[in-house]
Amino acid sequence: MKPRQQRMLAVGLAALGIAIAAGLTLRAFQDNMMFFVEVSDVVAGEYPKERNFRIGGLVVGGSMQRDEGSMDINFEVTDTACTIPVQYSGVLPDLFREGQGVVAHGRMGEDNVFQADKILAKHDEDYMAPEVADSLSKHQQDIQEAVVKGAAECRPNDS
Amino acid sequence: MIPEIGQFSLILALSLAIAQTVIPLVGAHRGDAAMMGVARTAATGQFLFVAVAFACLTYAFLADDFSVLYVANHSQLSLPTLYKVSAVWGAHEGSLLLWIFVLAAWTLAVALFSSGLPAAFSARVIGVLGFLSVGFLLFAILTSNPFDRLVPAAVDGGDLNPLLQDPGLAIHPPLLYIGYVGFSVAFAFAIAAMISGELDRKWAKWTRPWTTVAWLFLTLGIALGSWWAYYELGWGGWWFWDAVENASFMPWLIGTALIHSLAVTEKRGLFTSWTLLLAITAFSLSLLGTFLVRSGIIVSVHAFATDPTRGFFILTFLAIVVIGALILYAWRAPALDSDVGFGLLSRETFLLLNNVLLVIATALVLIGTLAPLVVEMASGGKISIGPPWFNVAFLVPMIPLVILLGMGMHTAWRTQNAASWWRVLRIPAIVAVVLGVLIPLFVYGRISLLLVVGCASAAWIVISSLIQPVRSLWRKKGTAGITRSALGMSVAHLGMGLFVLGVTVVSAFGVESDQALSPGESIEVAGFEFHMVGLDNVQGPNFSAIEAEIEVRSDGEFIATIRPQKRQYLVQRSPMTEAGIRAGLDKDLFVALGDQLGNNTWSVRVQYKPLIRFIWLGALVMALGGLIAISDRRYRSKAREKAGDAVDAAEATA
Repeated sequence: MKPRQQRMLAVGLAALGIAIAAGLTLRAFQDNMMFFVEVSDVVAGEYPKERNFRIGGLVVGGSMQRDEGSMDINFEVTDTACTIPVQYSGVLPDLFREGQGVVAHGRMGEDNVFQADKILAKHDEDYMAPEVADSLSKHQQDIQEAVVKGAAECRPNDS
Repeated sequence: MIPEIGQFSLILALSLAIAQTVIPLVGAHRGDAAMMGVARTAATGQFLFVAVAFACLTYAFLADDFSVLYVANHSQLSLPTLYKVSAVWGAHEGSLLLWIFVLAAWTLAVALFSSGLPAAFSARVIGVLGFLSVGFLLFAILTSNPFDRLVPAAVDGGDLNPLLQDPGLAIHPPLLYIGYVGFSVAFAFAIAAMISGELDRKWAKWTRPWTTVAWLFLTLGIALGSWWAYYELGWGGWWFWDAVENASFMPWLIGTALIHSLAVTEKRGLFTSWTLLLAITAFSLSLLGTFLVRSGIIVSVHAFATDPTRGFFILTFLAIVVIGALILYAWRAPALDSDVGFGLLSRETFLLLNNVLLVIATALVLIGTLAPLVVEMASGGKISIGPPWFNVAFLVPMIPLVILLGMGMHTAWRTQNAASWWRVLRIPAIVAVVLGVLIPLFVYGRISLLLVVGCASAAWIVISSLIQPVRSLWRKKGTAGITRSALGMSVAHLGMGLFVLGVTVVSAFGVESDQALSPGESIEVAGFEFHMVGLDNVQGPNFSAIEAEIEVRSDGEFIATIRPQKRQYLVQRSPMTEAGIRAGLDKDLFVALGDQLGNNTWSVRVQYKPLIRFIWLGALVMALGGLIAISDRRYRSKAREKAGDAVDAAEATA
């Protein structure tokens, strides 16, 4: 092949590849993008209805409940202004505990309980997921108080 | 006192790095031999002072000097000695110092082994590396000083993050950094070539071994990180498409493309400006990775505690390096391209396709990694891109890549006769497809299109990688054997084949199950019976743990006892899961203790991972291939340079 043809071939192939990749990327993005929704917004009903999303906040003190021997666990997550109940079944991360930051993947159930299919806790004592830190700082409430009490007056109905 | 010596050494190293940058570059421009000669001396001096600083910090850790803030935050009296050493790079400041140390070591290596290069060229290379050192030394001294004092000194330290207290993780960062930073050499070679405007096949020959060494360390570093995540994070996955994993994977992908395009540039004098661009990109992506990790702008399990000034500094430095390099490229590169042709069916075509596909793969990873940032800036929405997207998107360029790989290896430079090509490849192709059907169907008892594609690709790569080495073994006496360079290529590709097989099988047939278990009970996962014999308390040097004893049986036959632990580290009071793994080449059986559900009941995560070892074995074999390739005699010594050139000439005309 002549150099000019080589270049044309290279450019053509690259353009084709990028077009295919871009198309697939956009299509698949739609299905795999997961939004982070603040707890207060969830309580206000502003969350994706038919798909998974992420929530984050602090685990309310004393809210962890499980029946002896059962894999199911219930707890509450607060952004200091509002609180939602969360249900999960499975192994929890090591650094999951009351009063600490947590991120949960899942969707809202019929009963207004967040059904988590994945729980992430931080890996390091000093580290908090930026979105959680952001969400907490927005509400400017007393974090200690929120952790101990939850935000009793602001929570989803029926829960 | 010792920390102040370290601090002072860092400042001296900075002054020397400035000298190492300015004097040789000016000298090369003016043709002043004395000024160019400074390059080597300054590089050596810079290395020595950085080494002293590094030694001082290590000493502070070994001596439990808790008057140093960094030591007080990341070490502790009862920490085992090995981890006191690895704690040096256990957090931001120290790992930055490690980065600087590795860069200085690469520079020293270039200074020592570049006597075969023209003086002006090596002066420029060392000058460019000096510039990078200046940037990172400034970064350390201005924003992340590891020697900052803590007044008053702490009585005991805050301990190293328990996750990092592991032999695998002790050596993961050094390996990764040797790889990451190693691409700075290829980068410096590219910049030096563009400044001088001289770029020929010799340039590619000089650059190749350096790039291969960096690539093989990066391969090992990534594989080790993946292995560590598998057994230490307690999740049992081997790759999570986490932003920081991607940050190390992108330079690897581009580095792989660079190795292949350097081959074309060396053998045929083609793709010159493309090779330069890849060399620039590989290192830019290393810098981008550093920025992503250090700035904390991306949500990641690896992210260090955030500090905006640090992110800003790295971003500025990244911009200077990348934009500077690209301007130089736009100005100089067009003049460097040569006008040689090649046939449609030729090795050049396959290597071109290899490059296109690897670049697409990199672009996909980059898009997925940066999308959360872009969306947040554009709309304020906080999104994350899940592993399923990466898994699917990444296959798009990878499937053609592995199929073309087997063909490319058996295609001649310039032009290949189609008939003889088909004669070599038809039997391997048929055998590969047959194996692709048989392996999933008869060994694992299930079949799907993706499984056939995966297993057939793996078999295809393995077989076609073995053709040349096996032929070389059975050759007639007196005929030339396989060169180290070709053998290295075959071995590295063989490793790729093993990797593909491991990924295919473990993705399709791996089983994970979370269940409750108490002493005396059994559960069944993937046909294996896991029986909990009992729970016990055990003590470690700086932790106490609950250890479960779990016996595994298959059809009533005893296979292994697995002892997973739930540790409680005494200083940080943090719990940690230490998975119990019965490792085997054919399969891993994995048990991790979850939470205590009741009096004596625990949740456990049980996993069956067939062929998962092939993933890391494959990476190891790939790195071995790199090692064999750089032992090729044409790279070995200056004295044999002429002989090597003669061989090259013969090969090029053959």
